[in-house]
Amino acid sequence: MFDTLTTRLERLGSSLRSRGRLSDADLDEALAEVRAALLEADVELSVVRSFLEAVRERVAGSSLNQSLTPGQYVIKAVHEQLIEVLGGTTLKITYASRPPTVVLLAGLQGAGKTTAAAKLAQWFKQQGRQPLLVGADLQRPAAVEQLRVLGAQIGVDVVSGSGTPVEVARRGVDEAVRLGRDVVVIDTAGRLAIDEALMREVREISAATAPHYTFLVIDAVTGQDAVATARAFHEALALSGVIATKLDYDARGGAVLSARGVVGRPVVFASTGEKLQDFDLFHPDRMASRILGMGDALSLIEQAERTMDAAVVAESAGRLMSGTFTLDDFLAQLNQVRRMGSLGGLMRLMPGVTKEMRAAAANVDDGELNRVEAIIRSMTPRERRDPSVIDGSRRSRIARGSGTTVNAVNQLLRQFGEMRKMMRQMGNGTAPVMPGGRGRPVPTPRQTGSGAEVPAGFEALAAGMRARGSRGPAKGKKKGGRVTPPKQR
Amino acid sequence: MIAIIAIIVALIVVGALAVVVARRRQHRVPPPLAAPPMPEVLVSEPVPRPVLEDAVAPSLRQRLGSSRGVFDRVRALGTRGALSDDVLDVVEEVLLRSDVGVTTTDAIVAQLRTQGAPEGVATALRDILRGSLDRARDVRDQADEGRVAVWLFVGVNGVGKTTTIGKLATRLTAQGRSVVLAAGDTFRAAAADQLALWGERAGADVVRATEGADPGSVIHDALGRAASRGADILLADTAGRRANSTNLLDELRKVRRVADREPGEVVETFLVLDATTGQNALNQAREFLAAAAVTGIVLTKLDGTARGGIVIAIERELEIPVKFVGVGEGAHDLVPFDPDGFVDSLLEA
Repeated sequence: MFDTLTTRLERLGSSLRSRGRLSDADLDEALAEVRAALLEADVELSVVRSFLEAVRERVAGSSLNQSLTPGQYVIKAVHEQLIEVLGGTTLKITYASRPPTVVLLAGLQGAGKTTAAAKLAQWFKQQGRQPLLVGADLQRPAAVEQLRVLGAQIGVDVVSGSGTPVEVARRGVDEAVRLGRDVVVIDTAGRLAIDEALMREVREISAATAPHYTFLVIDAVTGQDAVATARAFHEALALSGVIATKLDYDARGGAVLSARGVVGRPVVFASTGEKLQDFDLFHPDRMASRILGMGDALSLIEQAERTMDAAVVAESAGRLMSGTFTLDDFLAQLNQVRRMGSLGGLMRLMPGVTKEMRAAAANVDDGELNRVEAIIRSMTPRERRDPSVIDGSRRSRIARGSGTTVNAVNQLLRQFGEMRKMMRQMGNGTAPVMPGGRGRPVPTPRQTGSGAEVPAGFEALAAGMRARGSRGPAKGKKKGGRVTPPKQR
Repeated sequence: MIAIIAIIVALIVVGALAVVVARRRQHRVPPPLAAPPMPEVLVSEPVPRPVLEDAVAPSLRQRLGSSRGVFDRVRALGTRGALSDDVLDVVEEVLLRSDVGVTTTDAIVAQLRTQGAPEGVATALRDILRGSLDRARDVRDQADEGRVAVWLFVGVNGVGKTTTIGKLATRLTAQGRSVVLAAGDTFRAAAADQLALWGERAGADVVRATEGADPGSVIHDALGRAASRGADILLADTAGRRANSTNLLDELRKVRRVADREPGEVVETFLVLDATTGQNALNQAREFLAAAAVTGIVLTKLDGTARGGIVIAIERELEIPVKFVGVGEGAHDLVPFDPDGFVDSLLEA
């Protein structure tokens, strides 16, 4: 729905380019776009203001680089400033010399505290610790039950009981000492920042358990209220950091920036999905790209590194580029890709992908991939090596064998053929034309930034994706270098 | 199928890239990159507890302090007729701070600019906002003859769907209606337990299944129970789901179809919306409207400091009326939406 800030500034930049340097009026115009983008991302108004001032100083304080358009220049400044604000200070999790290390979670109703508590306990467990969960949310019906179920899933004991939340929390810490656990994660009831009685209660819990870490759990879709909430909880509890939840939503998550700005404490963890393993340390650079709507190539590459079998990928990627890619290779790759997670999730991370592509990927479910796999597995080895031998009767045999239709087989073969041709062209360095009739030649991307080499294929990837009826360029950012896709028109 | 191969090939390229990057990293001596700042884990080091004094950055705090009573400034300006940019700036700030959103705020400010404010800017703004909320808000609770009325509750995670159902059940049973609750959230741990406790409090029958069961089948069973008991109304819970997942929305579509089949009739589909939500609420409303034909919004958690201004944008753009608002923890703190009171509370921000 919204153009990304990057797109808008690039467009702005093209009208400014000839002038060579940014005038105050140009800068005002660019910063107005930045302001709108930050507000659309739900960054709080006062935070936006101080942020814009900082960007203005950053831009004013340095001379224009020849290789960047003014628009790109502002984007760069905004991105750097975002990373600075989001990641300025970091939190080192250290453990108390006299265990247990006590961690207290607090936040509004529905922010995701109970789930975050379980995910955090699991994280500690992965660090080789023996955590204990304490269910001190006695307010919401069945909250403790929810924690027990989650605790059982991750193999972490949960203690709760009767009495006031303060008593339950204190008993939980005692219990951890008795059981010899070295980390205690205390889940508390959701509360509004203006509810004095409940805020007093959480202070009492804090006083009774002397937590080493107190985290505010904040929902990434929160609007302008994030600041008021974060401030109130910080004043009551002296937060050591923030845990951002629901980052799998399509919200830009400006609330995280607001909370970070007000509390002055780092965002430590990020929760990115419903599953218990969707939890990780927070990466400021990724959040910055997200607020700018830039995609997140880095996460994608990391995920690929974690899950893919390097040898298999390297081998068939080479064949892919040289045009000797077979359906067997494709099948092997398909299974590699499936190990990375859902296609929809992966496409969300990929820069330069249009909304339509994203929607298409989100619609591809496991069943559809299973069908593709079934079709290929119903072919003989020779057919897989050389699809051109597949005639009409082979097609109907394959369709029967895979439980699909001849039409589906045809479609797959046609797509595969076109894709192979395109990849061969890419490998040769010719401008590719994507199948489907809507393709257009893609100009060679221009490289900017610190002169770091960009692995071949990345531009091809971005360009190829964009050629499929995309509207605007987007930036892909990766370690050590920056890829600037070509301008449209 | 068209997109699949393109996507997969793209991802293969990503994989290849990862390999290249990994190799290059092996060759390199320590990576000259600014490593993402991660909390390192050290063992047995005493942890200093954070202290309150150095907690809040004072400059920012002061700046934030000025946000309150901003509309008083408009009133103090007391402008009539044509509006100065200063006044419009204040109006813009009020609206943005209430989560009304950039697009809608711009539209309202433009409208204000053209209309002027013959009776003062406060009145003019109130009229525009009130005009945005001008639509029917009656709640249907009767099905056709021989069918069971169903209220279906949808929304993202953590907005208060289950709590809303509990409160509405209490309200309906207090009015002498017989109510059946369907624990259609089979995903979140102990969601059914939570609903069962509400059912107990409200004196409503709860139909539930094991975790991970098909939500459609739970609602189907609940309809059977409601029909055989001659219950007046079925309140159906669903699992919280993000609005950017086609699969999850398809599942919801199916749940709605099941609920609308004989003997059931979905008379209201409520989107439960958290008042603290920002611009994403508009996306939520759009997606849930398309997937589940939402007929009304329940705006929860309005008792906090959040104003819920995004519903102005939702009502203007998607014409989904807000029907109930949650203003407290108690069972009776869920009340019919009052547009006048809502606009007043926005302007007090």
